[in-house]
Amino acid sequence: MRIAAKGLIDRTKPVSFTFDGKSYCGFHGDTLASALMANGVRLVGRSFKYHRPRGILTAGPEEPNAMVEVLDGASQSPNTRATVQEIYDGLAAQSQNRWPSLRYDLLSVNDLAAPFLSAGFYYKTFMWPRAFWEGLYEPLIRRAAGLGRLKPQNETASYEKAFAFCDLLVIGSGPAGLMAALTAARAGAHVILAEQDSVMGGHLLSDGGTLGMPWVDATLAELRALPNVRLMARTTVVGAYDQGTYAALERVGRHLPSAPHLPRECFWRIVAGQAILSTGALERPIAFENNDRPGIMLASAALTYLNRFGVVPGQKITLFANNDHARQAVRQLMAAGVQVAAILDSRADASTVDDCPVYLSAAVTDTQGRHGLTQISGTHAGGAFQIDTDCLLMSGGWNPLVNIACHQNARPTWREDIAAFVPHSGMVPGLTAAGSANGAFSTHAALREGADAAIAALTELGRSATAPDLPQAEDAPYRLQPLWAVPGKGRAWLDFANDVTVKDVKLAAQEGYTSVEHMKRYTTQGMAPDQGKNSNVAALAVLADATGRGIAETGTTTFRAPFTPVSIGALGAGGQGAGFAPQRYMTSDQASRDRGAPMVEAGLWYRPSYFPKPGETTWRQSCDREVLMVRSSVGVADVSTLGKIDIQGPDAARFLDFVYTNTFSTLPVGRVRYGLMLREDGFVLDDGTTARLGDTHYLMTTTTAAAGQVMRHLDFVHQAYCSDWQVRFISVTESWAQFAVAGPMAKMLLNALLDERIDDFPFMTYGEVSVEGVKARLFRISFSGEEGYEIAVPTAYGEALFRDLLAKAETLGGGAYGMEALNVMRIEKGFITHAEIHGRITAFDIGMAKMVASKKDCIGKAASQRPGLIGSEREQLVGLRPVTKTDIGAGAHLFNPGDKVERVNDQGYVTSVCWSPVLETYLGLAFLKDGRARHGQRVRLVDHMRKTDVLCEVTDPVFLDPEGAKLRA
Amino acid sequence: MPNLIAKSALFARAPLTLSGTTLAEAQVGQITSVAAFPGKLPEATTALGGFPAPNSVLGNLIWTGPEQVFVLGQTPDLTGLAAVTDQSGGWAALRLSGPMAADALMRLYPLDLRASHFPKDTCARAPLGHMQSILIAEESGFLILIFRSMARTAWHEIETALQALTARAAAAL
Repeated sequence: MRIAAKGLIDRTKPVSFTFDGKSYCGFHGDTLASALMANGVRLVGRSFKYHRPRGILTAGPEEPNAMVEVLDGASQSPNTRATVQEIYDGLAAQSQNRWPSLRYDLLSVNDLAAPFLSAGFYYKTFMWPRAFWEGLYEPLIRRAAGLGRLKPQNETASYEKAFAFCDLLVIGSGPAGLMAALTAARAGAHVILAEQDSVMGGHLLSDGGTLGMPWVDATLAELRALPNVRLMARTTVVGAYDQGTYAALERVGRHLPSAPHLPRECFWRIVAGQAILSTGALERPIAFENNDRPGIMLASAALTYLNRFGVVPGQKITLFANNDHARQAVRQLMAAGVQVAAILDSRADASTVDDCPVYLSAAVTDTQGRHGLTQISGTHAGGAFQIDTDCLLMSGGWNPLVNIACHQNARPTWREDIAAFVPHSGMVPGLTAAGSANGAFSTHAALREGADAAIAALTELGRSATAPDLPQAEDAPYRLQPLWAVPGKGRAWLDFANDVTVKDVKLAAQEGYTSVEHMKRYTTQGMAPDQGKNSNVAALAVLADATGRGIAETGTTTFRAPFTPVSIGALGAGGQGAGFAPQRYMTSDQASRDRGAPMVEAGLWYRPSYFPKPGETTWRQSCDREVLMVRSSVGVADVSTLGKIDIQGPDAARFLDFVYTNTFSTLPVGRVRYGLMLREDGFVLDDGTTARLGDTHYLMTTTTAAAGQVMRHLDFVHQAYCSDWQVRFISVTESWAQFAVAGPMAKMLLNALLDERIDDFPFMTYGEVSVEGVKARLFRISFSGEEGYEIAVPTAYGEALFRDLLAKAETLGGGAYGMEALNVMRIEKGFITHAEIHGRITAFDIGMAKMVASKKDCIGKAASQRPGLIGSEREQLVGLRPVTKTDIGAGAHLFNPGDKVERVNDQGYVTSVCWSPVLETYLGLAFLKDGRARHGQRVRLVDHMRKTDVLCEVTDPVFLDPEGAKLRA
Repeated sequence: MPNLIAKSALFARAPLTLSGTTLAEAQVGQITSVAAFPGKLPEATTALGGFPAPNSVLGNLIWTGPEQVFVLGQTPDLTGLAAVTDQSGGWAALRLSGPMAADALMRLYPLDLRASHFPKDTCARAPLGHMQSILIAEESGFLILIFRSMARTAWHEIETALQALTARAAAAL
């Protein structure tokens, strides 16, 4: 029901929305909760376990009951708190955790079975038979449990991530926060004021007190006008991390119809010199039998609905409280013309002076009304009572919102006088609590603490500030007498969101779960989306009582980030689809795509897999043709992705001798040498060729996949072991586009393009050449086994050179070849890649033990000679050739013929396979125990994945041209 | 004269302007890495006519690491003093200028890029999203050097940030 002339909503802007398919009207500025309340909707959700009908309990982000699914095009946001979600035209929300409808929910039979469903029910009931757990119990329980649902489709909405920096971060914009921000801002500090609500002002917006909107508006206007202040509304600080870093979630587009590129949420990382925790306090419920019916809510929530949204939660209201403060709610409701049935004060010595009946020593012991409260009953000083009421406000006092102060594992301090936990200094370095977050509940105290905290924070930052004049504000003492749970036999809810009752907590204690952390896990108290914001203190108070300890001694559970739920979409903003990693494109990319080449990812690079010709329908046809083409005429492949590291300095040779197993100081200028690099633990890190460009100048190449790793390794070796050496190196991978030109006609092709013909350019030679007027580097190296060259030009010329090479190659009957053909040719030649040197392989394993030079030391040398890394027990690189023409696959395992196929008899495994169109057979490279001694023998290749079982002959890994005659041609 | 056609990383891509902020490929010409050998920094500094302080730009010298600079344009003879390596083709240059430049980049860089904290002639080797880059503050925006092969991704990331900021501004009206 709306109250005229109340609230901060804009009554000139009606907004229509739907809930469970039915259309409703609200106003701009309404939350879904206030708009539903204005429309008389009381039942908004079902509880987690018992599927109890539930209404709105709070008016803020702590809401445990009123959680809905918001539908937005293809996606659905579950567990959206109706008390936070602002309405907009076209908003579609639906209730969750019910079937078939909110009013008639079949799983509410759980409520009837409640005597059996107490804490620990699952642990006790589904113990046996053991085998039933995975197949039957768990799927059933999972189906019945849970709150909101996600759509099974991928998330398509946009999210954002951002960074921000400030001198002072103020968390929360109530009186303490506003005063802190104002104090710091006037002193010139960079201030970020973050407020989870859509409007700044905190409880000043809703308490109807003397310090109302004029002061809030004036303060905000001043802050807004200052260039050193950033006001961030709808931004919840969700975590405190190291070195003044805070995580915050901003609801950017959640309150608006979706629009292109408008992020739903932004995940902020805010780095602050100092921070002030002015998050306020949360009112706590009281546990009594059936205290969870729609229509029972917190007194402060009713005050918020009245003053902020101009709506009241009932026609005839009752208050049940243990403190003076809560009476403000009914006084203001009465002033607004709402009937108040009674004030039920649990204290014996409280005032009885109010404009409605006041009963002392009161306790509510039961309530009625399945889908909405109709009646309450209990006792008070005068005896038993029964009151007809459609709205019961409750207040068990206040809990300062200490969560963020506890995120680095410090525990808050119990304060007996206010029966609440408060933060203390140093819990999070640089974070100070002020106002009701610090247990200072009056507005005047909050203003004062806010100003003081800001001055102290600025002093820490080496700045000075003076406190603004504090405005007049109430400074009423906060008087309460703790009341956590009304004694009784029935179910009295502590944790509404997870359906945990007083009985459950007592049962936990009785069964030995007396530690608060054990009680939490046994009962699931505090483990729902609200993370126990409404129930933690009361639950541990009940536990303390049940175990005969004090509350301070019982302690709290651990407060963890995030303070409120954060969408995975926000955390992963920018990472959807291809945003997962950068995409690296070669200069030849477009030319390859123009030829229809499917691209494969190699590291972050995209490389052509093969180049289909008309009529070719499978990759194998293209691949076979490309192999035969290279072996008979000439092929061109872009190999720019290989890592290239330019190494210079008088100690460059010494450095290479140190990082490579073999010797590079003896390499003549203008020559190229193959090198093998070990990790410090003696296993193979990478291989590649290095050319000596000049006396003190080398160019190292690495594999594509390990380019970054090798660069990091070189940096480490240099910085850790020889930083004083006269050597400097830098990656030039991106500076040069490099193309392999291979085949019997390779030289003919190059000579058609080079400005000066090459004639005598022997294998493993390097030289500077000029191609079409561009200075280029030419290497005579081969990864295909053919006469091969690699020509490198500055990257800008890469595409042009590639296209020119292809045009001329095609004239010769050659053309481009892709990764598939490249792979086949290297297997035919027994050349290794990271399929072989996969991290568990030594130089000995690949038959390169002799490449570990005996006359010098190198990184990994000593470790590589440890027992167990050399010898016949090692699996060694061999070739495999199926005895019959059968398909084989990498990943298959090897067994001795006759042995049983089981793990203990495993003899090795296959790393690479291909169909060799030259040899017309499948070929494999494999690691086989004592393999080099077993050439000519047969092994059984078993592939459990592809269901193949093939007899193979063990051979030398070099299948083609073992003498290298073609290579050196 | 070369007969090969040279193409920049984002050849022929038109500049993008959103909310008065422009993203465009820039041509910075010759880039040379100069890394002084141990003990040779003073002589190299003399030859270069100065040496920028860490995270700063001095004329055409961009600090890129301890005792290391990138030189834009001509490099003097530094034989024996420093490793000199041509880096020209390896980097794509993007220029982002206009009122939203800092806000857009503060979605991608974990740095305080407000003019008060990252003024003109400040530079940093810092990650743009997942990509390593060299970021340089200019008079009215930023120059970003990024691995050439990643230029398209970098463009896309910055474009996405600008689009989100533009959509935010529209939603706030």
